[in-house]
Amino acid sequence: MSSRVFVIRAFILFVVVTFSVRLFSIQILDENYKIAAENNVVQKIIQYPYRGLIYDTKDSLVVYNSPVFDLMVVPKEAKVEDTLKFCDLLGIEVEEFESKMKKARTYSSILASQFVEQVSNELFAVLQDQLVNYPGFYVLPRTIRSYETDGLANVLGYVGEVSSNFLERDTTNYYQSGDYIGIGGLEKSYEEVLRGKRGATYKVVDVQGVVKDDFRQGRFDTLPDPGLDVQLTIDLEIQQYAEKLMAGKVGSVVAIEPSTGNILALVSAPSYDPMILSGKALSENFPILIQDENKPLFNRPLQARYPPGSMFKTLQGIIAMDMGVVTKDEEITTDGTNIGDLAPPGVYWMEKAIQYSSNNYFFLVMKRMVQQGEEESAFLDSRIGFERWREMVNLFGIGRRLGVDLPNEINGNVPSIEYYDRLYGVNRWKYSNIGSLSIGQGELLVSPLQMANLGAILANRGFFITPHVVKMVNDLPNPNIKKEALPFDSVHYEIIINGMEKVVRDGSGRRGYLDSLFLCGKTSTVQNPHGEDHSGFMGFAPKNNSKIAIAAYVENAGQGGRAAVSVASLIAEKYIFGEISRPWLENYVTEELYLNHAPRPTIAEN
Amino acid sequence: MRQDPLSQKIDWVTVLLFSALVFLGWLNIYAAEYDPELDQSLFDFGTSAGRQMLWIATSALLGWGVFFFDFRFFDSFAFIIYGVVLALLLFVLIAGKEVAGSRSWFGFGGFGLQPSEFAKFATALALAKYLGHATKKLTDLKTLGISIVIVLVPMTLTVLQGDMGTAMVFAALFIPMFREGLPPLMPIVAFGVILIFLLTLMVNQTVLLVIVSVGILLGLGLNAKKPRRLGWVFVIGVMIIGSIRSVDFILTDVLKPHQQRRVLSLINPNIDPLGAGWNVTQSKIAIGSGGLTGKGFLQGTQTKFDFVPEQTTDFIFCTIGEEHGWIGSIFLIALFTALLLRLVMIAERQKSAFARIYGFGVVAILFFHFAVNIAMTIGLFPVIGIPLPFFSYGGSSLWAFTLLLFIFLKLDAHRMQVLQRW
Repeated sequence: MSSRVFVIRAFILFVVVTFSVRLFSIQILDENYKIAAENNVVQKIIQYPYRGLIYDTKDSLVVYNSPVFDLMVVPKEAKVEDTLKFCDLLGIEVEEFESKMKKARTYSSILASQFVEQVSNELFAVLQDQLVNYPGFYVLPRTIRSYETDGLANVLGYVGEVSSNFLERDTTNYYQSGDYIGIGGLEKSYEEVLRGKRGATYKVVDVQGVVKDDFRQGRFDTLPDPGLDVQLTIDLEIQQYAEKLMAGKVGSVVAIEPSTGNILALVSAPSYDPMILSGKALSENFPILIQDENKPLFNRPLQARYPPGSMFKTLQGIIAMDMGVVTKDEEITTDGTNIGDLAPPGVYWMEKAIQYSSNNYFFLVMKRMVQQGEEESAFLDSRIGFERWREMVNLFGIGRRLGVDLPNEINGNVPSIEYYDRLYGVNRWKYSNIGSLSIGQGELLVSPLQMANLGAILANRGFFITPHVVKMVNDLPNPNIKKEALPFDSVHYEIIINGMEKVVRDGSGRRGYLDSLFLCGKTSTVQNPHGEDHSGFMGFAPKNNSKIAIAAYVENAGQGGRAAVSVASLIAEKYIFGEISRPWLENYVTEELYLNHAPRPTIAEN
Repeated sequence: MRQDPLSQKIDWVTVLLFSALVFLGWLNIYAAEYDPELDQSLFDFGTSAGRQMLWIATSALLGWGVFFFDFRFFDSFAFIIYGVVLALLLFVLIAGKEVAGSRSWFGFGGFGLQPSEFAKFATALALAKYLGHATKKLTDLKTLGISIVIVLVPMTLTVLQGDMGTAMVFAALFIPMFREGLPPLMPIVAFGVILIFLLTLMVNQTVLLVIVSVGILLGLGLNAKKPRRLGWVFVIGVMIIGSIRSVDFILTDVLKPHQQRRVLSLINPNIDPLGAGWNVTQSKIAIGSGGLTGKGFLQGTQTKFDFVPEQTTDFIFCTIGEEHGWIGSIFLIALFTALLLRLVMIAERQKSAFARIYGFGVVAILFFHFAVNIAMTIGLFPVIGIPLPFFSYGGSSLWAFTLLLFIFLKLDAHRMQVLQRW
């Protein structure tokens, strides 16, 4: 029988060796089990930093974080003896209570779920007293954006839950479902600055996800870095005054400090109170705003397109004099036959042509720029001249993005050679086909921001400074501001500016005249085939050492010499003098008196 | 013959190994449930470890008590003990309380008693008693038949209780029968069937049938000139094909759904990753994450945070694997190996056939538990709920294993007093 005992012993040893080998394989050779074990028990808990605060240029707080409270429930611990009373307290129906409990239980019976999002302050006060009677319920604080102003929404933007769409495209892998992210305006363009850096704590959890312990004594935990504070160039006082003037209107106001490129005010009308897109209000109000026919979410100063009209004559004059096709004093006699004109036929020179906005003068001057006689064929000649002109127009920030630190800036439009080739055929067009460009019409399109920037360039006598809304990030100056000199002789600017001064003193803009203000500018009446013309104005004040450049557009308000110049003049006065000396003009704007006697001009007010 | 005091005749090596296992088991039950937040004591009766301490103390009394019986008692009363246990097994079917689909427990207040645990040593006793007679030879078909019936009756009753795992333990008693002259063909055939069964689960049935058919044809071809062998090849071939075809039947009609899933998830744990596969996967993760030296006592995370189910009973080995690594696992396996080989050695030195056969019964039952329990935690065997002897939490099983072992030690202590019967 000893051989059988041997078999039994051998069998035992065989099994034991098999186990040892198997254990060696899963415990020592295979690393996957160790990874799987950590994945089982280690839970990363994100620590959210505070979002950076936003101040205006005078250091007054504009955007801050305010705590809100969510009512949370842990279903397993929840005991509600008197459901009716509890529902009364929360102001919900019993059915709603049941369905919320069911939803929470479905998620987890031992992990907390949100029961009521963002309870009101009144309810929170009551809950603090009452919650002791309702075990399993507690309030969890978090923060939402709050605002010291009911305006500026188009600049500030808003914060919301990151969309699944974005998550799919996001390559940084920073965001997770349920995270908050800046969606519009500054909150979007400065998202990486404002959001700070998340921290994480690592906890050991049991099979049901209940935290049991720190993972490795918290060795891998990181603290969140709070978001950086941002200081705006916006002067909240001016912004609010401009918003007040634009209340009830459709349009834009952009005010820039010429010496710095600081945007002092950026008004898009109509707008909305930024608070209505904060926290849980976002989901209620966003659909309403998106469906509003007045498009309150449309950031008009950066996104609206208008033909520049007469404002364009300012840079036309500078380019023409710089090209040498005309001198400041050359007298050109117009007979009013080249193009429609409100300025009477007669003798014009540069300053006078600006002051009276002579269409025919600029038509003739631009013809000299486009057709300089370098080619015998007028067609070929036009191509050379047009391209040269176009490049110079671009230098003024027309037809290209300026690089403002807000999202969704448009290019505007300056037509290209290719465009006309497509429209008319190659070598089938010459100056006579494109002459309306000379007075800022034709295919030209600009945004209010581009026009305000033009005002700043003129006020600077030829310096382009990137317009921007953020002055400082974390007390360090905004590094993305370029300053460049345009290649035009500064003497040319003075001629144009003298004309602009007279526009306001004794021309189409005289409604905005104030003797101590030295406002220089140019009005524009944007033809609107669908209704009343749009009123536009671009200018700056004072004439020398300008403090403010402004572009104002008021849609459906008639001539530029009415609403727009009034708005601009009042804002300039408010900014420079700190008070308004012309209540009648303010009244004229706020009461929309400009509409009562606005005959529709047949052509751009010139 | 000089009468040594009894204490000198006890095999202290076995007692030492038993004590080591029980003690380590107790520590690991504590570790398996240890909650760092609560930091309960090892002696807290609110925990399994605390209660296990009670079971250990009573087991010690039980083992000590066994030595007060006359050594002849177990021989003389073997059938009576067997009969009583069978009666209990029957009775539990009627009066037992149902726990997790099995009706195998008597409830006494907060405690439960599982008669099938005690049926193991009773059956071993009865088998030893029956085969211990000098006239009984397992080559005799009648003797073989009765031996099988002795094993099959408690086995069937346990199956009826719904406790498949414990029932399978009785099959281990083929080991003493093998030792006593069971024709080797039978275990070979049995293993063959199990092997084919497992192969059938792992390999596509059609593929397997084709392979077997080719094998048979090859066998027939090679033995074409030996008609006697041809017959054998044919018979074996038919049997193999039959057992392959019967897998479906057994799987769908014999096994209960939860058992089916356990069998299937052995082949592929991902078949039901949150159900039956969960146990195996989590068990392997726990053991596998232990590495060479483990995470340290009470430092494991997989068992104490409930990722591993039944972590104090059937899956207690996970705690060793996780907290003490490969070295700890090997140490535990070495303890069991030492115990088993020691028991084989002791069994072989018995003068009476009864004691020897019972000894091999003890070896068989312990070995089966040890092998199947560890094999299931490391994914080598389907999950059937049987405890690791002396180690797992549980009063009934610890008591039963203690009785099983100490009755044998008692018999061994008196081996010199027995007349050699053959």
